[in-house]
Amino acid sequence: MKILTCPLNGPRPVSEFFYWGEVRPMPNPNLASDDEWADYVFNRNGAPGVKKEWWCHTPSNTWFIAERDTEKDVVLKTYFHQGEE
Amino acid sequence: MRLPATSGEWIDRSRPLEFRFEGRSYKGYEGDTISSALWGADVRVLGRSFKYHRPRGVLSLANHDTNALHQLGGTPNVRADVTPLVAGMDLNAVNTFGSLEADKGRFLGKMARFLPVGFYYKAFHTRKLFPMWERMFRYMTGLGRVDLQAPHRSTPKAYDFCDVLVIGAGPSGLSAALSAAAQGADVVVVDENARAGGSASYQIGNEASRRRLLAELLVKVAAQPRIRVLTGTYAAGYYKDHWIPLVSAERMLKMRAGSVVVASGAFEQPAVFHNNDLPGVMLASAAQRLMYRYGVKPVNKAVVLVANADGYRAALDLLAQGVGVAAVVDLRSTAGSADPLARLLQQSGVEILGGHAVVEALPDGKGLCAGARVAPLQADGSPGASRRDIACDGILMSTGWAPAANLLYQAGTRMRYDRKVEQFVPDVLPDGVFACGRVNGVHELARRMADGTRAGSHAAAAAGFGQASGEALPPEAESPSHPWPIVDHPAGKNFVDFDEDLQFKDFCNAVQEGFDNIELLKRFSTNGMGPSQGKHSNMNGLRILARLTGKEPQQVGTTTARPFYHPVPMAILAGRGFNPERRTPLTSRHDALGAKWMPAGVWQRPEYYQVAGQDRLACIRGEAHAVRNGVGIIDVGTLGKLEVIGPQAAEFLERVYTSNYANLKVGMTRYAVMCDESGVVIDDGVVARLADDHFYFTTTTSGAATIYRELSRLNTMWRLDCGIVNHTGAFAAVNLAGPKSREVLAGLTGMDLSAAAFPYLAVREGEVAGIAARLMRVGFVGEWGYEIHVPAASGGALWDALMQAGRAHGIRPFGVEAQRLLRLEKGHIIISQDTDGLTTPLEVGMDWAVKMTKPFFVGQRSLAAIARKPRKQQLAGITFPVGYSGAVPLECNLVIDGSDIAGRVTSIAFSPSLDRTIGLAFLRPDLAVPGGTVSIRLTDGTLVQAQVSTTPFYDPDNLKQKEAAESAAPGRPQAGSHRSAQHGGTPTSTNLAVSPVAELLATTLLKPQDQAAAAASLGIADVSLTARHGCKGPGAIAWLESLGLPIPPETNSWLPLDGGGLIARLGFTEFLVEGPDALIAPIAAAPRGPGVYPVLRQDAALIVGGARLDELLRQTCNVNLRPLDPARRPVVLTSMVGVGVTVIPEVRKGLPAARIWCDGTYGHYLWETLLGIATELGGGAVAPHSFN
Repeated sequence: MKILTCPLNGPRPVSEFFYWGEVRPMPNPNLASDDEWADYVFNRNGAPGVKKEWWCHTPSNTWFIAERDTEKDVVLKTYFHQGEE
Repeated sequence: MRLPATSGEWIDRSRPLEFRFEGRSYKGYEGDTISSALWGADVRVLGRSFKYHRPRGVLSLANHDTNALHQLGGTPNVRADVTPLVAGMDLNAVNTFGSLEADKGRFLGKMARFLPVGFYYKAFHTRKLFPMWERMFRYMTGLGRVDLQAPHRSTPKAYDFCDVLVIGAGPSGLSAALSAAAQGADVVVVDENARAGGSASYQIGNEASRRRLLAELLVKVAAQPRIRVLTGTYAAGYYKDHWIPLVSAERMLKMRAGSVVVASGAFEQPAVFHNNDLPGVMLASAAQRLMYRYGVKPVNKAVVLVANADGYRAALDLLAQGVGVAAVVDLRSTAGSADPLARLLQQSGVEILGGHAVVEALPDGKGLCAGARVAPLQADGSPGASRRDIACDGILMSTGWAPAANLLYQAGTRMRYDRKVEQFVPDVLPDGVFACGRVNGVHELARRMADGTRAGSHAAAAAGFGQASGEALPPEAESPSHPWPIVDHPAGKNFVDFDEDLQFKDFCNAVQEGFDNIELLKRFSTNGMGPSQGKHSNMNGLRILARLTGKEPQQVGTTTARPFYHPVPMAILAGRGFNPERRTPLTSRHDALGAKWMPAGVWQRPEYYQVAGQDRLACIRGEAHAVRNGVGIIDVGTLGKLEVIGPQAAEFLERVYTSNYANLKVGMTRYAVMCDESGVVIDDGVVARLADDHFYFTTTTSGAATIYRELSRLNTMWRLDCGIVNHTGAFAAVNLAGPKSREVLAGLTGMDLSAAAFPYLAVREGEVAGIAARLMRVGFVGEWGYEIHVPAASGGALWDALMQAGRAHGIRPFGVEAQRLLRLEKGHIIISQDTDGLTTPLEVGMDWAVKMTKPFFVGQRSLAAIARKPRKQQLAGITFPVGYSGAVPLECNLVIDGSDIAGRVTSIAFSPSLDRTIGLAFLRPDLAVPGGTVSIRLTDGTLVQAQVSTTPFYDPDNLKQKEAAESAAPGRPQAGSHRSAQHGGTPTSTNLAVSPVAELLATTLLKPQDQAAAAASLGIADVSLTARHGCKGPGAIAWLESLGLPIPPETNSWLPLDGGGLIARLGFTEFLVEGPDALIAPIAAAPRGPGVYPVLRQDAALIVGGARLDELLRQTCNVNLRPLDPARRPVVLTSMVGVGVTVIPEVRKGLPAARIWCDGTYGHYLWETLLGIATELGGGAVAPHSFN
């Protein structure tokens, strides 16, 4: 079982975590065309590489960002979302 | 036959054991394996081969082959070579027809030419003959028999942790452990054998110095307190981040290591010649194991087939133990480094035949080995024409090794074939994984120890201990393995794979048929697919394929190595199951009322309440009738219960729900729908505004945990000035519904329940039965009703009071099924019952709740796009006529229009109130016209007609739940009448409070005189009722400081409080304060400051402690709490038996202890699970003072 490092609680088995998905900036809903919006809502990039993802340490409900290289299957770093303490 | 006793042997000759095999009695000794005892009793046939049912004896005696698989009572496929002998065992060989001796299946060998390679594939090729082959294979194949009546066996798994895990306790592994421990690492050494020492304990070559080397190593290991040695345990696989299941006969230990040294050694490989499977033909190392471990004479007179120095040493060992050696046959022309050993053998009169091969083993009348036919090898490596027969009763093979690299492959090691040692060696190892000894291509004993010392040092450094020292060793001077220990024979029966009876020619035929890739060859021929998983056959298979295709072994490559290294019994894999379950505080009340439970996600809910003499449907209809005509009560404590507090709380709700909340008046509630970004409905509930900056809202039962988590994430991004608090488990909640609900409630509260003071959809805070409560006038079931929320610990008291007060009005508890019927009568949808993963609010008639004019809400942009497109489906009511007696559809039956699917039924039930069957269905929009007719296809294919209808079916104008019902309501109470006096003053909620585990405690608490002993071993005590207050938010620190409380400076740490109790800091800005009432009450009552969000703590709180605490934690928690120093006051937020917990490690009465808090609704499950384990460990439920 993998180990993931929560920036608050430290290294923990991945079973303590919830995976949300890739961090993707939302286009401005008022300016995006239907096609641009549909692309944002429905399409995901599965190509291997470094992904920025939302993860949550569930026992403490701590959300953070993990940068993960899905090709090498390693977590490069984890940190709080921008602006967090 | 047994040899005279030798030093270091594993058997205890003073303890003979009797056992039975194939119906006969034998004697062995304590310390024997089944095979060693049988071989020692001169039994030569231990099993029959899988395909041809050939008699088989000892091959590896190391679990590298499965010649000897036995049935032991209900246990199939006991591996006799390595299973310790126990007195009274009654064993039979598996895979025989009749008996082992007279196996009728042995004639299959004569039919070998009708069973070509790839037989299964060819047999199943014809569809017509498929059933015949299937029946035959099912009869012929399979090994032992499974006993379905086998008694249950407890095999709890455990977590374990170490800095360096060394796999293999041979000379290299032990050396690695010593050097890693010397650098300060905690080391675990694991070995599948019953004792440490590996090959150094039997590959002796009659040299005292080699024995001494091992003895010294074992003494040093025993003296090193940082080394734990686990014998009789194998590393079954390698998983990410050094997570390795260690399997013993009793249990699986899930080991997390800082780094790993693989010192797993090598499998000695058989040579391939005609009849190389006759009993008596075995690996040289097997003979050495028989002699030095079990004092068993392997054979009387041996021919030793060698291609390395190990073989010469084996011959010397045989001589030293009084076994005759007829000849040493060396595949090589010279003995090389073994020259001095060869001279020693010659001095003892042993003939050395260099440049020769054994071309076949000669059987006697019983099919046992009676001689070796040898031939000189020609320049091209094939045997020449001349033959010579040497009489012997055993041929010992020592021609090469294959690395036991399974775990290295699983870890992602890149391997390379090294011609210098004729084996695969690690080329690039993953981070934190190290290899040493034979698996690393290092074979000579002193070099293996040096290699181990190096690997141990590097592994310790990788785990953070000391400096890595030592370089990789130069390659071996000569290869320990022969590149081609294989001779062809016209009669075949020269076995490559002993599990599957694969002969040399099978490989030639498979390649000829085009299966010339290693993975294809494996599957077509089944090489390496038997229970040994290729340990003795993969290497030779690969060599054959390389030669047949003219490739190098490196180019051929190996098949993928997958877990497990050995097959793991299902019982060990099963372990103890952890299936977390949430229960509301009213569980015991439901049980007392005969509740039939049903799972609702992680929750358990009453489906209905059993009334004696009534069937399920009658009970459900009776409950619904009570709600419609009198009063009913349902536990809705499973709803998600959240609060959002702060200046931007309304803004937050505006963004996450589709409706408007900024304009919601204080004291009122509003229905709420939540969508995801694609505009799909994911949740619904009710939002109540308690103050301008304070909302209380509910989610669905199934969304309770996930919605809170997602809302937390959204505000992590949005950073609105508000805090979200999850109170799901902290509040008990009931829905009191029915025309008489107000009368019942009026008897318990002083609140003004008049329609004017407490109108429909209002929320009020007040006391019910002396308990502080939040009440909402809701109409989910379509009657006048109140949803009443109180602190969880007082839920039972509230329920009792309501049931008591309702008795005169015929109150009935109702379950989930009655509620579903009642809401269906009202046409109210249930998310994920009447919606699916694609349903938008527009399709289920919720347009009114979607405010597209708001600046933003999640899903809004998608709904805007969807609204412009034609609708694909519409949820509509369907009805069947009064008096209809035909079949009715089930949920998910399809609506059919012509030949098209035009919708499906989502909910359907017979409504006693309406005397007809009603339902909801998705319909194509053109069909969703009230008054129209639709065809629904039943499960049996017939079509029935239903009428499309508007909803609600019952009370379409919604008068019953509203003020219009007031005039009609019987026994209308006086507005504002004050009744709380009848409860004798104003009891506070605390003295009605009950622990979440109170009922369990009452039945399990040990007798007072037994508690001290239990607490010393492993006691578990309930301290849930200790006063507690929680708060969080950016202003929490300042607020707590203003109340004079100390703030733990570190995140996840705690401080003691003057006057008892503690303050724990959970993360950055959340706090838990616990202590005597006198301390907590003022904090709870103090006005909260800005940015402070109170957290109602209705936890299940436990103390667990005693000498065996570590074992309990290792069975339940995958985080290593051992290194934590209680004196530094750490707080750990983790998961235990699948439940989120807060843990504080402590020392009480000199013994380890832990404080554990969890959501009260998990308390039931956590208590039962932990108490069950504590009881197994000699402890039990005790009073808290047992720990003081």
